Amino acid sequence: MGRKEDNIRKAREIMKQREKIRNIGIAAHIDHGKTTLSDNLIAGAGMMSEEMAGKQLVLDYDEQEQARGITINAANASMVHDYKGDSYLINLIDTPGHVDFGGDVTRAMRAVDGAIVVVCGVEGIMPQTETVIRQALKERVKPVLFINKVDRLINELKVTPEEMQQRFVKVVTGVNKLIARYAPDEFKKEWQVKIEDGTVAFGSAYHNWAISVPFMKKSNISFKDIYEYNQKGDKNAIKELAKKSPIHQVLLDMVIEHLPNPIEAQRYRIPNIWKGDPESPVGKAMLNCDPNGPVAMMVTKIIIDPHAGEVAVGRLFSGKIKKGQELRVVGMPNKNRVQQVAFSVGADRIQVDEIDAGNIVSLVGIKDAVSGSTLTTDPGMEAFEEMKHYSEPVVTVALEAKHMKDLPKLVEVLRSVAKEDPSIQVEINQETGEHLMSGMGELHLEVTIYRIEHEHGVEVKSSPPIVVYRESVEHKGGPFEGKSPNKHNRFYIEVEPLEPEIVDAIHEGTVQSGGKIKDSKALAKQLEELGMKRDEAKNVKAIRGHNMFIDVTKGIQYLHETMELCIQAFEEVYNGGPLASEKLMGVKVKLVDAKLHEDSIHRGPAQVIPAVRNAIYGAMCQAGRILLEPMQKVFINVPQELMGSVTREMQQRRGTIIDIQQEGDMTTVVAKAPVAEMFGFAGAIRSATGGRALWSTENSGFERVPRELQPKIVAQIRTRKGLKPEPYDEAYYAD
Amino acid sequence: MLTFIGLGLYGAEDISIKGLEAIKNADSVYLEFYTSNLMGTTVEEMELIYCKKIKPLSRHEVEVERKFLEEAGDRNVVFLTAGDPMVATTHVDLRTEAMKRGIEVRIIHNASILTVAPGLLGLQAYKFGKTGSIPYAEENFRPTTPYEVLRDNQSMGMHTLFLLDIKEDGRYMNPSEAVVLLLEMGKKLEDETFSENSLVCAVSRAGSDNPGIWCGKASEALRTDFGPPLHCIVVPGKLHFMEEEALQRFMNSTSDRQV
Repeated sequence: MGRKEDNIRKAREIMKQREKIRNIGIAAHIDHGKTTLSDNLIAGAGMMSEEMAGKQLVLDYDEQEQARGITINAANASMVHDYKGDSYLINLIDTPGHVDFGGDVTRAMRAVDGAIVVVCGVEGIMPQTETVIRQALKERVKPVLFINKVDRLINELKVTPEEMQQRFVKVVTGVNKLIARYAPDEFKKEWQVKIEDGTVAFGSAYHNWAISVPFMKKSNISFKDIYEYNQKGDKNAIKELAKKSPIHQVLLDMVIEHLPNPIEAQRYRIPNIWKGDPESPVGKAMLNCDPNGPVAMMVTKIIIDPHAGEVAVGRLFSGKIKKGQELRVVGMPNKNRVQQVAFSVGADRIQVDEIDAGNIVSLVGIKDAVSGSTLTTDPGMEAFEEMKHYSEPVVTVALEAKHMKDLPKLVEVLRSVAKEDPSIQVEINQETGEHLMSGMGELHLEVTIYRIEHEHGVEVKSSPPIVVYRESVEHKGGPFEGKSPNKHNRFYIEVEPLEPEIVDAIHEGTVQSGGKIKDSKALAKQLEELGMKRDEAKNVKAIRGHNMFIDVTKGIQYLHETMELCIQAFEEVYNGGPLASEKLMGVKVKLVDAKLHEDSIHRGPAQVIPAVRNAIYGAMCQAGRILLEPMQKVFINVPQELMGSVTREMQQRRGTIIDIQQEGDMTTVVAKAPVAEMFGFAGAIRSATGGRALWSTENSGFERVPRELQPKIVAQIRTRKGLKPEPYDEAYYAD
Repeated sequence: MLTFIGLGLYGAEDISIKGLEAIKNADSVYLEFYTSNLMGTTVEEMELIYCKKIKPLSRHEVEVERKFLEEAGDRNVVFLTAGDPMVATTHVDLRTEAMKRGIEVRIIHNASILTVAPGLLGLQAYKFGKTGSIPYAEENFRPTTPYEVLRDNQSMGMHTLFLLDIKEDGRYMNPSEAVVLLLEMGKKLEDETFSENSLVCAVSRAGSDNPGIWCGKASEALRTDFGPPLHCIVVPGKLHFMEEEALQRFMNSTSDRQV
């Protein structure tokens, strides 16, 4: 292990030379070989033994990750690599590829400046390839491309050298199209990847070799050589190739040559992720990646360490963090003291006394931090922009401690589970006292439950998974009059479906949802551009989820005093609609008139909230209440002869087939089905195809429940929640 | 028939003889005590004195359920309230609703704080402007209307009577709390009409044998113990010399809790 120690010593030195640092992520569709690649890079760079690479899965240090063969958490590792006579430090974050864990990808992208996009040469560009590229570019993370599994192309698919090149061109063109679509304007051209300039490499992560045009020139290996080495197919030939053209060398060269160092990257990334004053001391320091400025760090992940407790991992954009220093967590009242400063190599944390701007840092002692927190020494610093998830939780289970004595511990464990993984939401049902845990899919919850039991040692009983629904409206409804209990105040509400363009913009995070509206003028302009009428756009009072509350009244005295209460009522309705007490989605709520009592005591919370709530509920009844259910896209790869079983399986699950593609004798079926029907799919498809189907899923938003099924599903949800099976009609809300 | 009976301000015996007669002839007697309250008595004592079973009603029963209105269709129902019944706006709504349903309505009046407070302080009743209530601040509810009422009244030289919040959980706002809230509202509105140096009057336990009559600077009100509830405050406008004299004299002669 001498080399590892030696490298750690070197890393400590380079950490101070910002132009020698690269912070990178690896992003790919599931099973395209990301984790194997990470391991080989780490091993090659001398951070673990080369023999073990590909088998040890350093970054999959979660026991469960190794058992399931997928990466669940984004882990990180630092490596030292020599290039053109200099030593560089590469901080690598591995991100999960499974769609259920998508939130982690978004967060990891915040910490890095560049990404190796891995695309499997056999499968080509897959839906999540697009998702991860989009996520990277949104964070202004520069991509380079690695086409993986080239060995399989040659040995299994027996493609000719010409066909192989055509395939590469197809992948490169596809990736460039995505870059052109999603990159910020100034980088659309500059960031295109090209085989000739070495921003594209190809190879086999599993067999530990890769090649790029610059490396070919340097090492005199030709394309033909590569093809022949692989065609021989014997172990020694491959090993020889891996010696001549080792993957870590080719890819890390590419990273150092083409991906930006933190000084370059922060100049254009900071304005995108931080909206404070660029002329302020902290603004300037971040733009310059200045180690002597105020501390500004964004926490991108909380890891629970069995010994150290909560470890906050993130990117240090300016200043230096020292052991013992006190940091503010923006939004929290008290300072936290840094007990340990470290960088990570897989599961190992290497402690240091201080770390400079531009690095990925692990801190112990910052107990108020959650994923997304801003840490600083500047008391006036504005927080970093929120990190947007592209997906919302769609599945819930109710949890109970198996042993009564574990109950207090369960509460604590759930809190830390939610802190580690922000795409997990935990709620306590006040009436039943159950703990409800929501996540991105069945697998996501299974994995989390496993973790609760095995890592935190609390045995739990869990309910079968329940789908999370949404409520919306079909058309316009209202104005509906809502009266306060004392009858002294009346509110008139109209509802209608929110413009689809605006729903999309909220979804993409370009229109901010939640919290207070910071700049209503900018918001109005943005909404008008998206097609909203001016008098509405100017008067948006709150955005919750994909819903808006708008005040279109004019000059009503005292209304400003009750507006916060109106918003609170809107929030209550957003959290539980009139149909089944599920969250609202895509509803525009407009206050069109109000009659208020002059004296403030007659229009307190107990009066205003029920009045506005009933007015919204009533207007929704008139607008045609509809139930939405989460949908999943399912991608299934099977041998031709089993396609019948696959389509049959999907049809039984209210699924529709969107696309069927053939590649040799393999068929890829793309289907869409309600999440509610997809429970137990893993087992069913395994037995229907004798385990020969490879499949993955992707959440695909909410769609209307078929009209004829709605009453039945509504009654089921209501009964489950202890409500009477029939929802109330509009007359009920009029009184 | 529905008969509203005002009970006056403090004790069970403040009821009028007419009111007492109406109770005796009633089939059911209901009591509403959430808009105000008689501090000098209890429901049990009232039942003893009026010789009738009394059913107190919650806010929900008065505002939402309103079962007593149905009953009033064919029976004699009386509805007891503190003060003068029609001062509380809720009761006007009940009266309207009853008339809509064709129920005969009768009102038996009594003293109201709206006249008693000026009387105790020696201020002239016709020099009062709009009355305001001061609610306890709650989440998302920190109104400044009371201050705006005060400002408008002051601009015309008029006195302002403030009724203080009563919570169903048994909290009664005292003059110190009310002054704190008014000062906060002034800060929020960046207005100096009402400051720590402004004159404030407080009336406590009006209608009792030992009412509190207090007058002083707002800053002093913050440090004063006003004794048990109910309280109200008055911020005087322009004082007539007779009002000034009366205020000083009455304050000294009747209050045991002055500065």
